[in-house]
Amino acid sequence: MPTIHFIDPQGGEHALEAQAGDNLMQLALDNMVPGIDADCGGLCACGTCHVFVEQGLENLGDKAEMEQTMINSRPDKLDSSRLSCQVTISDAMDGLTLRIPEFQM
Amino acid sequence: MDSIENTPIDQLDLSKASRFQDGSWQQAFARVRAEQPVHYLADSEFGPFWSITKFKDIMFVDSNHQLFSSEPFIIIGESELKLPSFIAMDPPKHDLQRAAVQSVVAPKNLAELEGLIRQRTQTVLDNLPTDKPFNWVKDVSIELTTLMLATLFGFPLEERHKLTYWSDIATAAPGMTGGNGISHEARAAEFEKVFERFAQLWHEQLDKEPSFNLISLLQQSEDTKDMIERPKEYIGNIMLLIVGGNDTTRNTMSASVHALSQFPEQMQKLQAKPELIPSMVSETIRWQTPLAHMRRLATQDVELGGRTIKKGDKVVMWYISGNRDGDVIENPDQYIIDRKNPRQHLSFGFGVHRCMGNRLAEMQLRILWEEILQRFERIEVLQAPKRVESNFVHGYEELVVQLHPKKG
Ligand code: HEM
Ligand code: FES
Repeated sequence: MPTIHFIDPQGGEHALEAQAGDNLMQLALDNMVPGIDADCGGLCACGTCHVFVEQGLENLGDKAEMEQTMINSRPDKLDSSRLSCQVTISDAMDGLTLRIPEFQM
Repeated sequence: MDSIENTPIDQLDLSKASRFQDGSWQQAFARVRAEQPVHYLADSEFGPFWSITKFKDIMFVDSNHQLFSSEPFIIIGESELKLPSFIAMDPPKHDLQRAAVQSVVAPKNLAELEGLIRQRTQTVLDNLPTDKPFNWVKDVSIELTTLMLATLFGFPLEERHKLTYWSDIATAAPGMTGGNGISHEARAAEFEKVFERFAQLWHEQLDKEPSFNLISLLQQSEDTKDMIERPKEYIGNIMLLIVGGNDTTRNTMSASVHALSQFPEQMQKLQAKPELIPSMVSETIRWQTPLAHMRRLATQDVELGGRTIKKGDKVVMWYISGNRDGDVIENPDQYIIDRKNPRQHLSFGFGVHRCMGNRLAEMQLRILWEEILQRFERIEVLQAPKRVESNFVHGYEELVVQLHPKKG
């Protein structure tokens, strides 16, 4: 079972046990990790599930074009930006560490 | 007036501006959602168009920009006078232009703006009459949003009433959104003035230190630093922010007062639990839906709701209807400030064009109510509000109120 780490906007750390196949955004919501709004409910249409990958970026697949397009409109985007609703967790992602931006927009 | 129940469904015109003034939009959209949620009207003031009325269908159209283009216009009607701006562009051009200006509303700037917004809000509220009725729209909503806009542009505060006027005429030509508005000639003349004033500000800014105002940001970005040489595009983007940032937030400010007076038990809830302010703000934005629609053009044949939208057809996403869709939002006609999922609404759109100023708008509203709750027991609405005649800007002309300050 992969362990996924979130660092919330206040700096709080959350280590969560996940199952391969889980959705990353849903994992955060189900565990009440603050800072993920997910206004569109996971359809890659709002950009408010934005996270920065601090560790383990190499284990995430490539972004689809729409994910990149939505990330482009975040003024605070970095190369390590991902939309968590577009990430399906796999066993290879054990130790993945994500920082949640100051606030979603 | 036609009666909504007796009109054959395929002749029901959802675009009539009067519906948004007299409130009959609610009944008209409820019928279309129930009987023919993807609706085609063969003939109207704005020509033939499709209406998309359910939450999920709107979401689909809005987030598929390859199938539904934002060019050349994003409102139902057309104007002879087209000012290019990125809200009416498709990727990749849209993305470049949006990237150039969006830092004006980036978290860092918003944090800087917060103190200033609070200060101004306090000043405006402290100067309101408490001994006689006044028009909340003019004295609070317009005043606060215009001050904000002037700050974003680095526009001289003492001239700020011009921004209000320009915002009002931006979408108010006849044939655009159904209102009577002003003539094309008068609009064109006014846009000339907008250009002159903003060209001057552009040149003045060149001699100043770079700052976070919009003009300075345009000058600092590779893609837009010579925008002044493309006057229509420059004014198009300025007008986009004037409209985007002004009417919408203004009408949310008015709507919050109106809604909390129509649903007094919600006001009590808010007073007992001020931590509900952010959720009340989202609920107000849903309930009001300050922009009733956005329009697209189909780039190919698309099946939706069992019907075929043909390539080249005009497609209108009625956010105002999707926000009242009971399949997604429980008790949608009720104003409930502590909903489970208050951010789930269509008012900011979705997809690549999702509102750029949503956090700024929410912040302004939050601050306004934090300050109101400290000062006033009640804001009494004295008569039925006067509404804007438009199928696009869903808002208030006049909301007469009497303030009741807190005792002690
Ligand atoms: C409650 C207030 C507001 C509402 C309801 C609202 C609504 C909207 C909607 C519906 C769209 C189009 C979304 C789509 O096509 O999917 C939009 C886009 C936009 N809004 Fe707002 N808006 C608000 C406040 C603001 C503010 C304060 C600003 C300015 C700072 C702003 C600037 C913009 C811009 C620039 C766009 C174009 C974005 C693009 O095409 O990429 N809005 N807004
Ligand atoms: S939840 Fe909206 S983009 Fe991920």
